[in-house]
Amino acid sequence: MALFRGKRSSPATVAEGVTSMKSQSPHASVTKIRTGIRGFDEVTDGGLPRSRTTLVMGGPGCGKTVFALQMLVNAAVRDKEASLFVAFEENTQQIISNAATFGWDIPSLVSKKLFFLDAQLSPDAVRAGEFDLVGMLAVLQAKAEQLHAKRVVFDGIDVLLTLLNDPAAERRELYRIRDWLTQTGLTGIITQKVGGAEEDHRYSFLQFMVDCVVILQHQVVDGSAFRSLRIKKYRGSGFSGDEFPITLTKDGLQLTNRGPTELRYDVTDERISTGLPRLDNMLRGGYHRGSNVLISGAPGTAKSTLCGLFAAAACQRGERTLYVSFDEGAAQIVRNLRSVDIRLAPHQKSGLLKIYSTRTRGPNVEDQFGALRALVAAHRPRCLVIDPLSALSAKVAHLASADAAQQFLDYLKAEGITVVNTSLMDGLNTDEATATGISTIADTWIHVSYVVQDGERNRALTIVKSRGTGHSNQVRELTLSGEGVNITDVFVAQGKVLMGVARWEWEQGERAAKKRAQVATDLKRLQLQLAQAEAAARLQVVQTEMEARSAEIAELALATGSASKLLVTDRAVLRKMRHADEEVRVAKSANGKGRAARNGVTGVH
Amino acid sequence: MAKAKTSKTGLLLRLYVAGSAPNSLSAIANTKAICEEHFSAGHEIEIVDLLESPFKALADGVVVTPTLLRLRPLPVRKVIGNLSDAKQVLLALAGK
Repeated sequence: MALFRGKRSSPATVAEGVTSMKSQSPHASVTKIRTGIRGFDEVTDGGLPRSRTTLVMGGPGCGKTVFALQMLVNAAVRDKEASLFVAFEENTQQIISNAATFGWDIPSLVSKKLFFLDAQLSPDAVRAGEFDLVGMLAVLQAKAEQLHAKRVVFDGIDVLLTLLNDPAAERRELYRIRDWLTQTGLTGIITQKVGGAEEDHRYSFLQFMVDCVVILQHQVVDGSAFRSLRIKKYRGSGFSGDEFPITLTKDGLQLTNRGPTELRYDVTDERISTGLPRLDNMLRGGYHRGSNVLISGAPGTAKSTLCGLFAAAACQRGERTLYVSFDEGAAQIVRNLRSVDIRLAPHQKSGLLKIYSTRTRGPNVEDQFGALRALVAAHRPRCLVIDPLSALSAKVAHLASADAAQQFLDYLKAEGITVVNTSLMDGLNTDEATATGISTIADTWIHVSYVVQDGERNRALTIVKSRGTGHSNQVRELTLSGEGVNITDVFVAQGKVLMGVARWEWEQGERAAKKRAQVATDLKRLQLQLAQAEAAARLQVVQTEMEARSAEIAELALATGSASKLLVTDRAVLRKMRHADEEVRVAKSANGKGRAARNGVTGVH
Repeated sequence: MAKAKTSKTGLLLRLYVAGSAPNSLSAIANTKAICEEHFSAGHEIEIVDLLESPFKALADGVVVTPTLLRLRPLPVRKVIGNLSDAKQVLLALAGK
């Protein structure tokens, strides 16, 4: 009952709250009540203020009623808590049938968990003087006590205000509602349709009166609808004042961006196969589990084939896989991949693989990412293929959806889902890639391009980047055939990468050249051997000659030796015969000759 | 609470009020005055306090107070407000 209403928070504490969203609420008195609306509870750090009043305002078709009703349905289904819904604008039947489009089974909740009060004043009712809501609040209070309701929605308060048609009465009745909420301790949500500026000014006191103001917007950009949500005020709590894109999926309303959250993912060193062993090798073992892989390239560069390989490998490991295609129908994908020996049909049959094909509808990517999120939540895949993601991101026409792709990929990362997405681009146009933020969020970026050469078009695969892993820096050729997909080395000759037939020719030429070189080498060796043999032979001849000469010398020496001996003997005999004089003269003349030689040397000096 | 001049064919009214809220009090006074003046021949007024029997109001589809229902003659007519606009009330009650 009657909760004590705390003082209004000072601007300082609110500002503080804005900057530190995740910090404790500065006012301990504000407790929050979850809405169960995806993203909203994160953005508000817990939901709407409990036992207080929240105003949800916006133009027609913004999703105000959906927002309010979704909160009540969530409360009934998840928390088993009852709520009241006061409908001023539509009748209860309309609201229930509208809710059915979101898959909410309102009729099953109506008796115990959800009470609708048809507060539409029938058109044939006659107005005769002033009226008030005392009676209605009495009815509601009785119903709240009966059901133990915790929440109450006043949907379309503007209709009531118009009926009162008197500023003083409007104010009085609204304060009556607020005070009643305070007394009963119910958490109130008031929705208000926003009209022109004049009307907004007239009812601006509503915003001052309540504790929390949520503004829903609906605008058309380039012929496509964009919905967004902004929290304008939240007494006693920090909040993010940004404009958050919202989407209406078949499960209801959700915020596409879940607010400024810290990038906190579990990382793993686990590698999972790309489905192509040689590509695994190039990446030193495959993709990282939970990482985000971007495969970019021109049309027909086998991006989808690489996706198919990854999906098939994932299913082979028994992992649930979701294949989202914006290009082709499921049957066509399966047939096309079968032509390169990738078999998806058995996995489809076993339920592991789900192929979802759709067309991009207009530039509103918010709704489409919302739909993808719902798909992911339904199929719970471990591996996801989006082919091509650029089908969505290329159509970015609205600021709020500029980072939609990034947010979606962030979400997948937080869920630990390994994603392979493709991006249609010619060449490595980094501007295009960074515009969508895909390249920065991608952990691994593989680019497939065409190399046109000698009248052929061949596929060249390169790894542009791969976070947290070494990778090959080489360009490889990607070949597709009935036997499957393969990666082959490419040849670089004269500064040109050779592929296809050119590579084959080059290989042939290389082989011939090798043979020629071999022959030439053999010939040279033989020639050298011959030369060597010749040299050796010559050496032999010379040696033999030397030996012969030595022998000759020896012989000569021998001959000379005996001859000189004879000479000496003969001289002695002669000396004896000619006496000693002859000997002296001979010696003298020999000495004279020696002196002359010495003088000559001196002369030179 | 209820003040009645029994008649099977005369005017039958049910007035929903909320305790002693100003609009409710003036509605009671206004109803009585109009009936005395224009339906003195035969009328029946049932006054229901919504604070005491909210579910009865719910069954009658009454959400704001005060609300006056003309239950007889048929069809049922509904007049909301404190009934200060006697001309409007009279039109609603006398009309067919």
